[in-house]
This record gives sequence, C-alpha cells and structure tokens, in this order.
Amino acid sequence: MSAHAVISQVLAVVVALALAPLLSGWVNQCRAWLQNKSAPGLLQPFRLLHKLFNKDSVLAEHASPLFRASPYVVFGCMVLACAIIPSLSTTLLLAPAADAIALVGLFALARVFISLAAMDVGTAFGSLGARREMLVGFLAEPALLIVLFTTAMIASSTSLSAIVQTLSAGSPVISPSLVFAGVAFTMVSLAENARVPVDNPATHLELTMIHEALILEYSGRHLALLEWAASLKLFAYSCIGLALFFPWGINVSDSPLGLLLALPVLLGKLLIGGALLALLETISAKMRIFRVPEFLGTAFMIAVLAMLVHMLLGS
Amino acid sequence: MTGAVGAWQAIDWLLALVGLWLLIGVAGLLALRRFDFVARVLFPLGGVVALLVAVVALAAINAPAQSLVMAIGLPSLPFHFRLDALAAFFLVVIGVTTAGVSVFAAGYFRQGEGTPPGLLCLEYHLFVASMVLVVLADDAYAFMVMWETMALSSFFLVTANHRIPEIRSAGYLYLLIAHVGAIGILLCFGVLQANTGDYTFANMRLQELTPFASSLAVLLALFGFGAKAGLVPLHVWLPEAHPAAPSPVSALMSAVMLKTAVYGFLRVSLDLLHTPIWWWGVLLLLIGLLTALFGVVFAAVQTDMKRLLAYSSIENIGLLFAGIGLTLLFSAYDMKPMAALALTAVLYHVASHAMFKSLLFVATGSVMHATAERSLGKLGGLIRFMPWVAWLSLLAVLASAGLPPFGGFVSEWLLLQGFLFTPQLPSSILQMLVPTMAALIALISALSGYTMVKFFGVVFLGQPRERKLHDAHPAGWWERAGMLWLGLGCIALGLLPVQVIGYIDAVTQQLVAAGIGASVAEHGWLLVPVALERASYGPAVFLLGVLLCFALAYLLVRALYHGRVRRAPPWDCGFPLQDARMQDTAEGFGQPIRHIFGPAFRMQRVLPSPFDREPKYAVTVTDHFWHWLYLPVAALTERVARLVGRLQQGRISIYLLYSFVTLIVTLLLVH
Repeated sequence: MSAHAVISQVLAVVVALALAPLLSGWVNQCRAWLQNKSAPGLLQPFRLLHKLFNKDSVLAEHASPLFRASPYVVFGCMVLACAIIPSLSTTLLLAPAADAIALVGLFALARVFISLAAMDVGTAFGSLGARREMLVGFLAEPALLIVLFTTAMIASSTSLSAIVQTLSAGSPVISPSLVFAGVAFTMVSLAENARVPVDNPATHLELTMIHEALILEYSGRHLALLEWAASLKLFAYSCIGLALFFPWGINVSDSPLGLLLALPVLLGKLLIGGALLALLETISAKMRIFRVPEFLGTAFMIAVLAMLVHMLLGS
Repeated sequence: MTGAVGAWQAIDWLLALVGLWLLIGVAGLLALRRFDFVARVLFPLGGVVALLVAVVALAAINAPAQSLVMAIGLPSLPFHFRLDALAAFFLVVIGVTTAGVSVFAAGYFRQGEGTPPGLLCLEYHLFVASMVLVVLADDAYAFMVMWETMALSSFFLVTANHRIPEIRSAGYLYLLIAHVGAIGILLCFGVLQANTGDYTFANMRLQELTPFASSLAVLLALFGFGAKAGLVPLHVWLPEAHPAAPSPVSALMSAVMLKTAVYGFLRVSLDLLHTPIWWWGVLLLLIGLLTALFGVVFAAVQTDMKRLLAYSSIENIGLLFAGIGLTLLFSAYDMKPMAALALTAVLYHVASHAMFKSLLFVATGSVMHATAERSLGKLGGLIRFMPWVAWLSLLAVLASAGLPPFGGFVSEWLLLQGFLFTPQLPSSILQMLVPTMAALIALISALSGYTMVKFFGVVFLGQPRERKLHDAHPAGWWERAGMLWLGLGCIALGLLPVQVIGYIDAVTQQLVAAGIGASVAEHGWLLVPVALERASYGPAVFLLGVLLCFALAYLLVRALYHGRVRRAPPWDCGFPLQDARMQDTAEGFGQPIRHIFGPAFRMQRVLPSPFDREPKYAVTVTDHFWHWLYLPVAALTERVARLVGRLQQGRISIYLLYSFVTLIVTLLLVH
C-alpha cells in the first residue's frame, strides 16, 4: 500500500465528486448555446443539489425502507465506480478489488436498486420506468462487457489499470478493433446515461421517459443523491471512454508530477467530450422506445465485431 | 463397517447418517398422523443430520479417497461406495442446503394437505438419503438403484397433493422423462464397462475405450443426465413439476437434485473417461448456452412464481453445462490450469445456485402460505407484511442476478475469465468461437437480472394487487430460521470465495490434475485465479467500499443538513386516480421480452372486438418444443401402441399360438 496509491485514490474520488456535477452543467451549457438559448451557469447543478439537500424529503405513505436506502446504495455504487476507474492515475488503492467485469457488475447493482426502488411505491409511472430501465440495461450491459472484453484481450488482463497501461503504451494510431469498440461504447453510454436518442434528460411527463420516471417519487435529499449519482455515472462513463480510447495523459508511473499534470489533461478532454456530447444530442432526435432494442442490438453487434476484428488482425 | 467406533472413517459415518435419515423416515411412518411430532421434531432432526453430513464431508474433502463394500442387495452384486473429493464436495452442498430446507419444512407443512405428514416425512428423508447415496455410489448397480430411488421418492413428493389433476399429470411427465433419461445412463454404463462384465467404477476407470466408444458414452450420459438436469429439449418437466411440488421439495429438487445430474455427468466425463475429445466441449457449450438463453428468456415472461424460478433453474443448469463444456475443451487440449479455472467456476456455481435457488423456492412457499396465491398478477407489496421473507429473498435475488458482491457473481466472473483467455487454443475457429460465447453469457446474466427484478418487484414491492393480501401473515420462526441459514450461505459464498475455492481445489486436482487454489491462497482476501496482473476481485473490499460510501453519504447528509421526512400520498406526476391495478404487471414486464425474442415463443392472443361488453384480453405463451417434439412423439407412440394392440384378440387360442411361435423361434435361435 504505497502512499502514492492512497493519494491518487483520494484524489480520484474527490475530483469525481467535484467534477461530475460540473460536467453535467457544462453539457447543459453547450446544449443551450447550440440550441440558441441562454445557458444556465456552470455551477447550476451544485445550486440544484444545495437546494434539494435543504428541502424536506417527502416519502410516499407506504414506501418501504428499501425506497429510503436505495439512493444511498446507488450513490455509493457510483462513487466506488469512479474510484476504480483510472481517470487520473493507474495506481489506485482499490483497483485490485474490482476489475472491468466487477465495474459492469457495480453499474448493474445500482440499476437493480434504482429499479426496485421505483417499483416500491407502486405507481404506474414508477413500474413503467423500472421496466424500461431494466430493458435498456439488459441490452446495454452485454455490449459494454464486450467492449471491455476487447480491450481486456488486447491487454491480456481484465484489470482496468493494466488495460489503460497497455493502451497508453501502444502506438498513437488507433487500431481498427478499438474504432469499432469506441463506436459501440459511445452508443452504450448514450443509452446508459439516459441521453438522446434513447432518453431525454430535459423532459418530464412524457410517456417515453425512462430515467425521470424512475426518480419521480423522490424528493429532497434523496433526489439530490440520485441526481448527484446520475452525474457521477456520466462522469464515470466519460472517464472509461477517455481512458480506453484516449489514454494519453493518464499517469502510469508513480511520479507526483504526472499526477498533477493528469488533472488539467483530464479537464481538457472532458471539456471537448462534453461539447461533443451536447452536439450529438442536438443533432439527433429521440427515438421511439421500440427502436431502442435495435439501437442497442446494433451496439452489441458492433462490439462483437470489434472483438472478432481484434482476433483476426491481432490488433 | 467393522471395528470399534473409534476406527470409523468418514464414509462409515456418512452411511450411518444416511441410516439415521431412514430411521427418521420410519419414525414418521409410525407416527403417521401425529403432525406436531413429525413437523417439529423429525424434520429438524433430519436437518441436524444433514448438517452433520456436510461437516463430515467437508472434513473428508482433502483426505484420500475411501471405499467400502456393503454386501446388501443381490447375492453376487454388493454395493460399492467411495468417498473422494468430487463426492465430498457435492455432499457438502447437499448437506448444507438440506439443513436449511429441513428446518424450513418444519414450519411449512400444514395438516390436512394431501399426503399425511408421516408419509411425507418418510418420502422426504428417503429422497435426501438416496441423493447422498447416488453421490457415494461406486458401481453402476448401486448408482442406478439409488438413482431410481431418488426419482421415485421425488415423484411421490411432487404428487403430495395428488387430488389435483394438474399435479398428477405433472408428476407423470416427471416420472416419464426421469425414466427415459435413466435408460440413457444405464446404456452409458454398459458402454463404459467395455465388455468386461464388471460394473464397478474402478473397473471402468481402467478401461481404455476407443474414441468412438467413449464418445458414445458421453452422448448417452449427456442424454441421461441432461434429462434429469433439464437441458433443452428435455427440460419440459421442470416448469410442470416444480410448481406442483410443495415448496421445500421444489427447493431440494431444483437446488440439489438437478446437481446430482451435474455430478453424474462430471463423474462420467472427467473421472470414468480420461481422454476428452475437443468436440464434446463444443457440443456441451452450444447445448448449455442454448439451454441457458432459452431458460432465461422464458423465465422473463412467466406469470407464475414457481414456473419463473423453474425456468431460471433451466438457465443455471445451462450455464453449468456450458462451463463443463469449457472444462472438457481445455482438458482436451491439455490446458490444465484453464480447465481447472473453468471447473472451479462450475463447482462454485453449483454451490451458489443451490443456496439462492433453494432460498427463493422456500420464500415462494411462505408467500403461498400467507396469501394462497402463486400467480404474480395477484401479489404485490408483501415487503410490508412479511419483511423477513422479503429481505432474505432480496439477498437471493441479488445473488441470482449475478451481482457483486454476492455468490452468483463470483462464479460468473470466474467463468468469464475462463472464456476470455483462450488465445492458447490451437484451433483458430475455436479461438474466435469461445470468446463470442462470452458475449452470450453476458447477455444471459443481464437477462437474469431483468427476470429477478421482475420477480422481486412484482411479488414484494408496490401495492398489494388484491385486497386479501393486506391480511398476509408473516412467516413463522421455523421458516425464518431455515431461510436465514440459506441467506447466510448466499452471503458467505459472496464474500469468502478464497476460502471456498481452497476446498474446491481438491476436486479440480482430482478431475483435471490442476487447481487454482495455490494461486488464490497467495493473495489473502483478494481472489486471484491466475495472476495478479491478469485479473483480481476482492468482494470483501468491494462490499466495504460500497458500505463506506453509503455510511459517509448518510452521515454527511445528516450532519450538514436536516433529516426531515414527511409522508404523503404518492405523487405519480399528479394523476389523481390511481390504484393498485394500474401498476405494471408480470405480463407487462414480459412484454419487451416477447417483443424482442418473439420467434422463441409460441404465442396465442385473445383480443376482444370493440363492441364487447366484457372485454377479455389474454396472451398465452407456450414452448415450441411441445409442438415440435413432444406431441409428435406422443402421437407416434399412440400409433405404435394401436398397432401392437391388434395382437390383442381376446381369445385364448390366439395367445397360446403366440406362445408357441415364440417358443419355436427361441429354440431355433438358441440352436
């Protein structure tokens, strides 16, 4: 247990907690500009969290303890996920405890809890949202796993740190299998983070909503935790994508200087990534819910293709 | 069994414990209708014996194999028994599961339901005793006798409520397929003894079979054990028999009896035969994955709790056989460490499936007692009325969905590790094929998560869909204790993989001459199957991480802000009219699956016309295999029977003529 591992671990968690709402704010800002609207401030998500934490939490009359515990479980899962993703450094204290497969399991655990919580109150919207969330989940999860498997085969390891180390040591020319994997990963991330074209984070009271339907019954601090967890999830997916496909700048050595340098590089990459996400959301339209299986099925097939390309070409 | 008690070996103790079970059964028969005595004394006693079986077997798992010959049965055919690591492992699983289920059963069986309690007690203990003896058997004769005892005793248990016609026909179907399978196993042993006439397993191990003969033996074993385990297309009895049986019995059948088929197949393919051929592995992988996908897709559309769980068992059996296929593939190419990894995953899943599936089945038993409902469409909100059952089921649901840090995830993780690192396979087609199968495993496990959310959400969460559910009474203490035991098993398997794999190591050493125990033991609490830089997983650290984040978030929120909570009616986007019937139903949850996997089902919809006064909607989802395979076979059988029936003339002179012709033909043949 080196001091470096402890420091980079703590830094990773703190950076994730601080940057995640900012990333959501940045994406919202970019989207507003692209749509010719005046944008809210960058700190708007923090203001929202602060407001929600100060409010009373209104629970449905017959909500069970599962309903009250779920926001904390989901939040805990997302913080742990951000802790094991090598966003700044590959030397992480918790990295050996969870590899790529466990990371996917962690996301699945959070999804199962939020879906169960949505079913707990027993309203029409809640159970509808739970069903749709699990639908998106069971289609997206295998695709995500195959993307991670492809990179795991390149590195002959399922440990995220080892994967990032191998990928960042590779040539800067991106290999064909990684291109396919990247496309599949982008599609999965859009679905998993409830973004257009699968879900629309800006709407409410729409019959096609998924994420908003799940958290409909939450309020006050519970809602704040879930919103924070949602932005942590976006941050986590962005960091996985950046670490797998643009790994440059992530500190692979034990030098403190590298760790300090990694932060501005990450910020730059997130700025560009967030702007691209906003662009993607602006130029595409939301699809009907029955098209989602096709969309994610395509992502799955592209991911399998990436794996086959890797095995055929060995790259 | 000679010598003083002090000289007894583990196998003697095990046989003595089996004898105790039989005594308990006989005691039940003597106290046929004394319900309290049978339920509160005999069943818990049986549970204690089961626990002792597990303890003795666990102590013997690392010991050298012990054999014993018992001169009972036919004069020149003594029973051979042998306790080796493989048998000991399965005995531990049987013992631990049975202990929990027996304690549950003490509170479960009610007076005046079908079979009298004493008879039920005899059948139950005969059933567990025969399962233990199947695992201990060391010759084909003993194996088949015990196998048939197991099938028959479980048949009587399935038909405990024999006054209901559906239950009788479910029992018949079960008996039929069990016996068709038994023919396969019998023929398999016939091939394995290679014309020596000696049916002991020790002799079979010595035979060097030709590739043709050994392949034939494996195919026969696959058919025979596959029928018992529920491999597609021999799975049809599971969704009929499991709902028919009383819940503790379905728990034992699903969690343990299916595993004896897995045991039998492992015994034949890896112990009695010793030179696997690569295509056995590929065949098993394909059949296993097909079974698993079929099972989970059907589980997702079920509307009956126990049918859902039965299909989920088919899924898990499929995964187990796929894992065995991977083991055979690796050992065919002499890749021993990888074979050991895959086999460890299989055995781990055997244990964790036994725990979570028995827990889920007994939980449905409690729910059925409390509500008299099995249909998912009429349940809901039970977490408020029966919290023990609900929270313990949640454990099993999470384990079953393959989520970290529970038991199901460990085996899935190990299996995926096995699938991922196949570049050493010599054939390039296999190199491509095997990782693609990992994609299917990922899909199957994600779908099982969907199914489990449906199961738990519809039964325990939401609002009660029927008025009578408000009177649901919580489970009794016996039931709680049994479920708690199984729930602790789920937790232990999730958090202590390193310790469990230490025991599994002995089995893999025996079967594939390699193990991952040494590599695992090096790293303390971290599960490292091959090497630290390749893959590692630390469930305890994982759980601590989640709990720490949970606790910190909770404390910080409480410290920095107020913790006020108000209760109000559900908001539901402000819709004023809402009742329990507006919740999503089990059918609703199945709808996306029916949409996506449409061709897998045979669907019949009943839709009303717009002018119907009392519109009725119905969709029935059935299995293609009934129409493709079973109904044609049944029609063919009937036709043949009718042809044979023509021989039956009802006149004694004709029958005498038949006997005469038979005699002449026999004499000619012998001559």
